[in-house]
Amino acid sequence: MSEVVIKCENISKLYRLGSVDIANFKDDLVRTWATIRGKEDPAIALAEGNDRTEKAMSDYVWALKDISFTVNQGDVLGIVGRNGAGKSTLLKILSKVTSPTTGSIKVKGRIASLLEVGTGFHPELSGRENMYLNGHILGMTKREIDRKFDEIVDFAGVEKYLDTPVKRYSSGMYVRLAFAVAAHLEPEILIVDEVLAVGDAEFQKKCLGKMNDVSKNEGRTILFVSHNIASVRQLCTKGLLMTNGRLTYSGDIGETINRYLAATQASGLSSYYFKNQLENKDIELLSAEILDSENNRTTEFSIADEITIKLTFKSLKKTPNLYGYVAIKNKQEELLIESDTYDYRPNCFENIQVGEYTFLLKIKPYILGHGQYSFYLSMASSYADNFLVDTPGDILSFSVVDELTERGHKRSSKTSQLLKWELQNAI
Amino acid sequence: MSSDAGNEHWSEVISTKRGLLDLRLGELWRYRDLVAMFVKRDFASSYKQTVLGPLWFFISPFMTVIMYTFVFSTIAGIKTDNIPAPLFYLTGTTLWNYFNQCFISSSGTFINNAGIFGKVYFPRLVSPISTIISNLIKFFIQLGVLVVIICYYVWFRGFEIHVSAYVLLFPLLVILMAGIAFGVGVITSALTTKYRDLQLFVNYGVAMLMYATPVIYPISEVPAQFKPYLLLNPLSPVIETFRFSIFGVGSFSWGSLGYSTLFMMVVVFIGIIIFNQVEKTFMDTV
Repeated sequence: MSEVVIKCENISKLYRLGSVDIANFKDDLVRTWATIRGKEDPAIALAEGNDRTEKAMSDYVWALKDISFTVNQGDVLGIVGRNGAGKSTLLKILSKVTSPTTGSIKVKGRIASLLEVGTGFHPELSGRENMYLNGHILGMTKREIDRKFDEIVDFAGVEKYLDTPVKRYSSGMYVRLAFAVAAHLEPEILIVDEVLAVGDAEFQKKCLGKMNDVSKNEGRTILFVSHNIASVRQLCTKGLLMTNGRLTYSGDIGETINRYLAATQASGLSSYYFKNQLENKDIELLSAEILDSENNRTTEFSIADEITIKLTFKSLKKTPNLYGYVAIKNKQEELLIESDTYDYRPNCFENIQVGEYTFLLKIKPYILGHGQYSFYLSMASSYADNFLVDTPGDILSFSVVDELTERGHKRSSKTSQLLKWELQNAI
Repeated sequence: MSSDAGNEHWSEVISTKRGLLDLRLGELWRYRDLVAMFVKRDFASSYKQTVLGPLWFFISPFMTVIMYTFVFSTIAGIKTDNIPAPLFYLTGTTLWNYFNQCFISSSGTFINNAGIFGKVYFPRLVSPISTIISNLIKFFIQLGVLVVIICYYVWFRGFEIHVSAYVLLFPLLVILMAGIAFGVGVITSALTTKYRDLQLFVNYGVAMLMYATPVIYPISEVPAQFKPYLLLNPLSPVIETFRFSIFGVGSFSWGSLGYSTLFMMVVVFIGIIIFNQVEKTFMDTV
């Protein structure tokens, strides 16, 4: 068996929620005092698991709890889990952006992490200067970049614009250049977080191909987080499934994906509450609920029911051109309903002021067929980096059953529109 | 699995604990290319899309000196040790501006770089060090202006300067200014990641500190009972020594310069230690 290059032992990460104020300051004093006297941090006892289907009771939450795993050289490890399962926190700890509350990770070889494309790009600098700046930030030396210069430029396809400031680049060129630099890193271990979610489809394919080459031909280890199950399946050899901050499965990638899909779709999730306040977004989803016509939270509907999705947002800052996007997918990941706030003019997000807002989305009866569905949400703006303002992702799931008609569950159509056979006059 | 041998060699261990003196300065050296690139970035972004561009390096000290001369010399009548007032202020503000800019930028290290620090790891000290270097370059440009003005006064106004061997202390003076600004700035930045109160204080604090430093007045003009307090300010000897070495007036003592040097070394050392402790978890609170 090949060599172990990452050994993660009992990693836990504690986060405090809520705002920073005087109560927080007192709390910190108490915690520091306890630590000085050699006692256990009192916050650890208070902390609760990171289950987003319940409202938070304590101010402290375990974003990660007792994570242990090993990664062998040449593995391509896919980390999957619902939003808030702790995937990004785990990557941040592995990338040394933040340190764990308990536990340790032992690493063999140089790690480079790609939590975002184009980190540190400066709009006023030219493409060439940004290549070097970004490369250095990611840990490459000048000599390494010099050696790969032509290759990077070629991959990105921006040779004509090398001396143009990147603020004049189209968003596609920007992303291509940024990814090209990252793709030519030569670390022993590469950590990639959803960066493939940007760029056009063709370029995404090119990136996946490049990552594939890197792991197969050069024996490099890759840790990959994505919500795109198709690319995880295509790329990864092993998987980790995370649920509410805990590691629930590790092993074969196929099995990991099956368990992930089963967990997200079978049970149904009727609610979602915002918990982590690590990064302030311009707009945040505070809660999401699926309600029936009597305003009860439920995950099972009849085809004759109206399905109401209640979304509560908190707008922290006015964002120009902001819009909301939802998608409803079935178990096979097929898109059945796709809608954004531009569907009904004026776009209700366009001039949203700072404050809290609740929206109701209603799916009329006899639209969705019998089956299980997931509800995806994101907020975007053409002014934001990479277009995305926030991506809560697949936050809810529910099922629709057909028990009213004779054909019932055996109806395999994607919609439940019933057709009435209207008798006309007999001939 | 080959992993349980116990004697394996790990190239890195990520954990909660990190020794107080584990400063990882070697790692910093490996990232020297990044320091150079950050310096370049600072310059490129400073005066992009301005009509006068780098001329601003000259304009701002001129404006300051004209203002100071009018307010403090003409109106308030503060004596300037027989040095022409504009020259007196320019010597003071050139050094002071360097301190001021290094301090302000170091003290904002974590907050201003939160975006980039949150996405990728590199030794965080790269940021304050690169701003100190880019400010150093701006400082030398302004120093050039100072030299030109001094020459003007010597040749056209018949002002006599008394440059002494103490001018050789100049590199030390620059290091003292940079070191104290870096040390205090970095400590401030570490303390402001969670509670921003201090950050709000910094801007007032640094403006007030200028009045507690002999930038716009000579120490000789200070009433005797306040002098000892003024000399507690480690920046005072730096400015006084600078003027003394060029004009031969003002006060100079090895003792107070030694005090400033000691202060600088202590504050840089403590600064780096605190900074390294905070950099591990600041992302959770910033």
